[in-house]
Amino acid sequence: MACIEARGLRKAFGTTIAVDGIDLQVEEGRILGLIGPNGAGKTTALNAILGLTSFDGDLKVLGRDPWSERERLMRDVSFIADVAVLPRWIKVAQMLDYMGGIHPRFDRAKAEGFLARTTIKHTNKVRELSKGMVVQLHLALVMAIDAKLLVLDEPTLGLDILFRKQFYDSLLNDYFDGRRTIIVTTHQVEEIQNVLTDLMFIDRGRIVFRTSMEDFEARYFEVTVNPDRLEQARALKPIHERQVLGRINLLFEGVDRPRLAALGDVRTPSIADLFVAVMSHQPGRAQGAAL
Amino acid sequence: MNTHANAVHDSTLEAQAAKVAVVSPLRTLYWSLRREFWENRSLYIAPLAVAAVFLFAFAVSISHTLHRIGRAPSLAPDKQLQAITTPYDLAAGLLMFTGILVGVFYCVEALQGERRDRSILFWKSLPVSDLTTVFAKAVIPIFLLPLLISVVSFALQWSMFFVASAALLATGQSVSMYWTQLALPQMSLLVIYHLVVVHGIWHAPFYGWFLLVSAWARRMAFLWAILPALAVFALERLLFNTSHIAAMLGRRLSGGASEVMTMPGTMPIHPATTHVTFLHFLFSPGLWIGLAVTAAFLAGAIRLRRYRDPN
Repeated sequence: MACIEARGLRKAFGTTIAVDGIDLQVEEGRILGLIGPNGAGKTTALNAILGLTSFDGDLKVLGRDPWSERERLMRDVSFIADVAVLPRWIKVAQMLDYMGGIHPRFDRAKAEGFLARTTIKHTNKVRELSKGMVVQLHLALVMAIDAKLLVLDEPTLGLDILFRKQFYDSLLNDYFDGRRTIIVTTHQVEEIQNVLTDLMFIDRGRIVFRTSMEDFEARYFEVTVNPDRLEQARALKPIHERQVLGRINLLFEGVDRPRLAALGDVRTPSIADLFVAVMSHQPGRAQGAAL
Repeated sequence: MNTHANAVHDSTLEAQAAKVAVVSPLRTLYWSLRREFWENRSLYIAPLAVAAVFLFAFAVSISHTLHRIGRAPSLAPDKQLQAITTPYDLAAGLLMFTGILVGVFYCVEALQGERRDRSILFWKSLPVSDLTTVFAKAVIPIFLLPLLISVVSFALQWSMFFVASAALLATGQSVSMYWTQLALPQMSLLVIYHLVVVHGIWHAPFYGWFLLVSAWARRMAFLWAILPALAVFALERLLFNTSHIAAMLGRRLSGGASEVMTMPGTMPIHPATTHVTFLHFLFSPGLWIGLAVTAAFLAGAIRLRRYRDPN
């Protein structure tokens, strides 16, 4: 059974269409990155998956309709929607008591183990913690839930680089077991490039690009072209061209690596570069759409 | 590519996955209620503070009280009773008023606050339904707060009784008249009955309304809860020159006591002159109409919490 199955998923707010007919299938054990510009419909799509908003079309998460069965679904799904949404008045100890009280799959000992690695004390109130520490606390709570699906919507926004690095390290080392499914959206794509198994670009409510990371690494190459080989390289029809510090980088899709190696330095492009290339091919989208 | 070398495929995970994990609805409700008391400590701090201040004032002015008790035998029997019970009525009345204030302000914040600080995104990530959440928030003012006020009122009245008795004994006066007139056990029970039935169940539609507005209003829920009622009063006055709606709300607000017991004054002062009419209350249409209206308001609040987009 697929973890998430959507057909024709659609959501409009008045005349604004936030999600415009998404077809999506996410298998168990994948770590999917959902990338898109602001207002592309990422959060709306995730809200539909989490049962936070009604929708049109077919959507099943772990075999259930999230809108009508949110409470039941949340036993197997956990999410961090945005940073710092933990209630500010609660004490860490109260939070652990409460989670143990209401969540059938919460493992208190595990959460305390994660917290022991931080400087967060049980007597702290959330309002006394720094933004980074609140995220650490939230992550400790979420990782102590034995969930089948974890959704992270901009989980590290506004955190410094140490916290961000640690966040994804913990997630991979302490949580991901190859069977859970994780969906993550972020603007800091370079940090999740090595975390993902699947990648999806979303723009104006539609999925405009999707690939597994294996295919991504096998199909897409970026070449810093030697100036004297530029014409030869352009003849191979790069999908994107950009200049960095006077050197020309070309992005190729589906061209054999040995052929490219003759033209200059070849490497796997960053997700950000591919994103820019894909977005500049979108009709009505200006060159260099920002992440 | 990704090397998830540390993937754990041990047997304990398998066992955990196989186990059917369920938390009973009662347990979820219990923790939802505890959560409310953690967040809203004024629910118990305010009545306790009022009681402490009142007891302090009573102790400080004890000579005044002793003077009144000393004079009581020379008064007519009904005046005698009044002279002795007035501070106790005052204590209960003050706590009841505190309870109403705390309850109203609690309700106004209950469903708006979680949207304002966006913590609703956290609460909704947990397996707790909107029904359970709103129900717990309604149980607080309609059931638990009156009980809590009862307990505090009980403790306050008995503390006052001990302070007064000790003062009487210390000054060499007899306590027998004081003790027989006061009938404190019955009086305490009447206060508890009044609080639970009138302040909880009879007033329930008000709390339901405040919760509904709290779920709906983006800000200033208190004004949104009050102003429409005032507007309706004014409109009725202008169009028909009547005030039936205001009278109806007034009856709901202050008429509960006469539904649940008959007594001479406004307070259940003395058991001898007060008759509990619980059966009458149980069969009064006002009770059931009120509960139906409360249910409708709460259903609206649940729906709003569910349908409101979180961002």
